Amino acid sequence: MSTGRSPRGADIHPWSTSLRLASTLAGPAFVGLGLFVAAPFLLAVVLSFTDLRLGSPLPIEWVGLEQYRRVLTSPTFRRAFFNNVYFTAVVVPVQTALALAAALLLDRGVRGTALARVALLLPVVFPMALIAVVWELLYAAGPDGPLNALLGSLTLGLWTPRDFLRDPALAMPAIMVLSIWQGMGFQMVILSAGLQAIPDHLHEAAALDGAGPWGRFRHVTLPGLKRPLVLVGVVTAILSFRLFDQVRILTRGGPEERTTTVMYEAVTAAFDRQQVALSAAMSVIFFLVVLSISLVGSRAGDSHAPARTAEGT
Amino acid sequence: MSAGVPPNTAPSGWRAGSGRGRLLTGMALGVAGLVWLAPVLVMVTASLRPESRVLTEAGTLRGLVPDDPTLQNYRDVFDRVAFARILWNTFVINASIVVGGLAVNSTAAYALARLEWPGRRLTLAFVLALLVVPFEAIAVPLFYATTVLGWRDTYLVQILPFVANALSIYIFYTFFRGLPREVEDAARVDGAGPWRIFLEVVVPSSRTVFATVAIVTFVLHWGLYLWPLLVTSRVDVRPLPLGIATFRTLPPIQWGDVMAFAVMMVAPVALIFTILQRWFTRSIAATGLKG
Repeated sequence: MSTGRSPRGADIHPWSTSLRLASTLAGPAFVGLGLFVAAPFLLAVVLSFTDLRLGSPLPIEWVGLEQYRRVLTSPTFRRAFFNNVYFTAVVVPVQTALALAAALLLDRGVRGTALARVALLLPVVFPMALIAVVWELLYAAGPDGPLNALLGSLTLGLWTPRDFLRDPALAMPAIMVLSIWQGMGFQMVILSAGLQAIPDHLHEAAALDGAGPWGRFRHVTLPGLKRPLVLVGVVTAILSFRLFDQVRILTRGGPEERTTTVMYEAVTAAFDRQQVALSAAMSVIFFLVVLSISLVGSRAGDSHAPARTAEGT
Repeated sequence: MSAGVPPNTAPSGWRAGSGRGRLLTGMALGVAGLVWLAPVLVMVTASLRPESRVLTEAGTLRGLVPDDPTLQNYRDVFDRVAFARILWNTFVINASIVVGGLAVNSTAAYALARLEWPGRRLTLAFVLALLVVPFEAIAVPLFYATTVLGWRDTYLVQILPFVANALSIYIFYTFFRGLPREVEDAARVDGAGPWRIFLEVVVPSSRTVFATVAIVTFVLHWGLYLWPLLVTSRVDVRPLPLGIATFRTLPPIQWGDVMAFAVMMVAPVALIFTILQRWFTRSIAATGLKG
């Protein structure tokens, strides 16, 4: 495994060089990361202790932990946090199970595997905004809505047409379904690579010991997939907490706050209501949640580097 | 796709199997593939159907085969919105992010992987620490800063925040550390400087990782919606994801037109993806597994 940890010195014969050369090579990236990642992050922390509102003529004042108090006692924010947890609790296991099943099926190399892989992977390269718009058509209300029509014919007319995105009980599941549709392929690829890495002779040895398919799955495949499984679980959990695009486009947090999320609240506070400081406090809380997920995940995966969060949209 | 275990595998190995098991596997894959493609099929067929019949037919099996297809929806898109401009914006923004990112992140990774300089370890730790900062956590303060600086509605504000990228540096770094040093050492003995060694020795032997980073960068950025939503208000700098989200709300709501927009938006990428599928898969797997 390759970690990003510092070299032990002896094995690389580093080429000693001046700071000047290194700064021409690494300088642009370093400045970019500093200006566009580190500085905004520090700014979020600083702003979260103020009462800043965008466009307000009043002087900025320090308010200590007031914004955090407001955020954490707000029923809407609590609802948003709960929604994120609900989304994560469903999407992570369901998506991982589907991806594992798909990876196992692809791994057998039957004819048509390449075609199936393309179909299952295609949504991964689709922008979420496009997916949201396409699924909005699929979820259209009334008996003519594609999904309603499909369910109607599958149940021989027993299905009552629903307005998926405006039904408080169905809106979040509807968002979950399209999110799983998009994200499954990414996990499938990682699990497929993990399956390839399990040596065949382990399966053969287990088979010689009399293990059936289920026994080999439990004692060879699953242990061999431990690290990729933890990785996809952690990445999906983090992506789940970043949930925003679908919600903004399809439901705007409704109905009855059933689909609002931490990021949706943070963005609407700053962008729609100019409450920059309040939004900054939400961003800091959001970061702490994501950080804890990746720390817990990296411990569970027995990995030295914290799981990356800077991927996926 | 319920059970995680393919039924009835032969004892000779995981990938071998009896005829019946393989048949069931093939059928399961076929069903899964069709279910996964169905939304894409609805998108394509709806875009080819006269507006009045989009909703009444999209959900029916018959609707999947467009009888008397029309391109009217596609003409409508160009009449109702500056599609070509939005496409061009997306191209400029993402080409800049990818090309700029390859240049900036590969040189930084090279300096971190191969040169010894004061502050190297600290810089490396800084880059690794930034891997855990998701863009969403800094979107709001960055939005505030760019608004105060009057940077909204430009290409630059949509490009610069994404050029330097900790994940790209990390991918390059692990790859460069794995390269054999002999060729570089030989070039060094011949008197080549670090720039020449980088450009003439390291880059040519790192084509795969450059391709990987380019693919990963493009896939991760071309769908960005939150950031353009925050920093653009004019159509002449708006990229496709924001474009389709806005087009969908443009009255009168015409599903056929929206789906035609969607098809034109995603077709080039889907085509390239299908052709270069192996590359995509390898890139995703490479990024995912190196944790």
